[in-house]
Amino acid sequence: MRRGRKRARRWLLNGAGLLVALVAAFPVFWMVSTSLKPNREIFAGRPGPLPHAPTLEHYRRLFGDDVVPGVGFLDFFRNSAVVAVSTVLIGGLVALLAAIAVGRFRFRFRTSFLVMLLVVQMLPLEALVIPLFLMIQRLGLYDTLASLILTYLGLSLPFAIWMLRGFVAAVPAELEEAAAIDGANRAQIFRRILLPLVAPGLVATSTFSFITAWNEFMFALTFINDEHRYTLPVAMRFFFGRDDTAWGAIMAFSTLLTLPVVAFFLLVQRRMVAGLVAGAVKG
Amino acid sequence: MSTTLVESNADVAGARDAPARRRRRRVDRLPYWLLAPSLAIIGVLLLWPLGQVLWMSLHDLRSARQIRGEQPWPWASLANYRLILEDPFFWRVLRNTVVFALANVGLTMVLGTLVGLLLHRLTQRMAGFVGSAIMLAWATPAVTGSIVWRWLFDDTSGLATWAFNALPDRLSGALFGRTDWTGYGWFNQPLLFFAILTLVVVWHSFPFVAVSVLAGLKSVPSDLGEVAEVDGAGPWRVFWRITFPLLRPVFGILIVLSTIWDFRVFTQYYVLAGGIQDRPTFMLSAYSYAEAFLIPPKYGVGSAIAVVLTAILLTVTGGYVWMMLRREDQR
Repeated sequence: MRRGRKRARRWLLNGAGLLVALVAAFPVFWMVSTSLKPNREIFAGRPGPLPHAPTLEHYRRLFGDDVVPGVGFLDFFRNSAVVAVSTVLIGGLVALLAAIAVGRFRFRFRTSFLVMLLVVQMLPLEALVIPLFLMIQRLGLYDTLASLILTYLGLSLPFAIWMLRGFVAAVPAELEEAAAIDGANRAQIFRRILLPLVAPGLVATSTFSFITAWNEFMFALTFINDEHRYTLPVAMRFFFGRDDTAWGAIMAFSTLLTLPVVAFFLLVQRRMVAGLVAGAVKG
Repeated sequence: MSTTLVESNADVAGARDAPARRRRRRVDRLPYWLLAPSLAIIGVLLLWPLGQVLWMSLHDLRSARQIRGEQPWPWASLANYRLILEDPFFWRVLRNTVVFALANVGLTMVLGTLVGLLLHRLTQRMAGFVGSAIMLAWATPAVTGSIVWRWLFDDTSGLATWAFNALPDRLSGALFGRTDWTGYGWFNQPLLFFAILTLVVVWHSFPFVAVSVLAGLKSVPSDLGEVAEVDGAGPWRVFWRITFPLLRPVFGILIVLSTIWDFRVFTQYYVLAGGIQDRPTFMLSAYSYAEAFLIPPKYGVGSAIAVVLTAILLTVTGGYVWMMLRREDQR
């Protein structure tokens, strides 16, 4: 009797789990599936879950044809990549230095700095778009990729420092002290001891910064006017509104924009959760 | 300042163990050098604009030439604030924002917690599978996530339109008063628009809550709940009497983070509404943006709205920081 009830409960739980998984993953599945359907299937009015006659025509056209005269998908892709990689490289270095400072040293204003990090992470960036627009205009950076790199550095840095600080603090200080006793200087200790041990954290943090820069929409919408310098999220604008029927192309575009993010995300998601609610659990 | 003084005194006093002292002095200065680039970036790109938006909200700014510094900025004192506070439309936008944020935070928290509890009870393999699936929703960028939902609700070939058309005519007619859903403007009615926007936002944000709650559950002793259950307490009681108090800090932070995120929703709004011309569904972020950047530009009024949004969220942030500090103290 008891065993029967237990088994029924297990079935119920698994069923609920399956339902959650299905609902959560469905939009992504539908995006990929639509991108592989020929137009007549997309607009047939009888949508099937999987493409009947799968085709890569939408992808081929995306790479072959210009989206606007003279500008194609690969241009947007390159812009996005340049912005995201620059943000990651500069941001990673700057964040690492700051993380070492707060993870390794006790100094005046350390707590104030940490509190400030928390507060600026919570600032509504939507409220800063007007003054940042002014700054970008005055610096003569309007309509350049540099404006976005600069902005995304600001967006991603506080969280990057916050997250890296944990990784730096996790490296036992005794290792460095031992190296110092053996006569290693600061640069050597940094390069030989700290850097290799913090590297996984640096990868996780960089991935987060990459995703922030890769996905950002509002600032790219505001600071860039010339189509040649559009990043991928903003370039999506060409598809919706103007030509509402090109759903195959839109879904192919969306799939290509989503793919790198999902890949990176799955790589580091555990660490992201750890960073966001760091320490909240184990008081 | 005072550290420098003390140090120079020490320099004069003890000449004997010079190497040790030099080392200590370097230790004292180095962290500031390490922090300098970060402080510069955060100061210039986040803190300075925060002051700037306040300053702009106190001026009469209506042209791009003023932004470029080619025309003077007439002082407006609180005129921009008076203008928005006396405008019934602003109060409507504020109500939209607050109701939307609260509804979304509530739904996200409830759904996320339920899924977190579910994940905790599943076998490891099943939990891994469900976890990866919800991670997919979390990882999807806001732009593409929103556009897929727009496609699902497309008025001719969208899946939702098809599904509603597939309902038996009598049922559909009795429930909604219409049988043909082709060409139905899902995004044209404010209430329906907000419902779909809620779907998108909750779909995007519940995985984070679920995974965090799961992480919390894993770190507290599970026998407590089991003991209570054996003693005859129902799951409802177990949750409120045991699980919730243990995870209170996690819930606190999750609620604050969700509130902040849901107050700021812009990208999903922009994509679903197909731009920011759709005034009846405005929320603070879109309203501020539209005032500032649509023709004719009103940078001053837009800034004032942005300041109101910031003030609301900084209040919430105050609570968040207070909680984090209290936690650090407990360590």
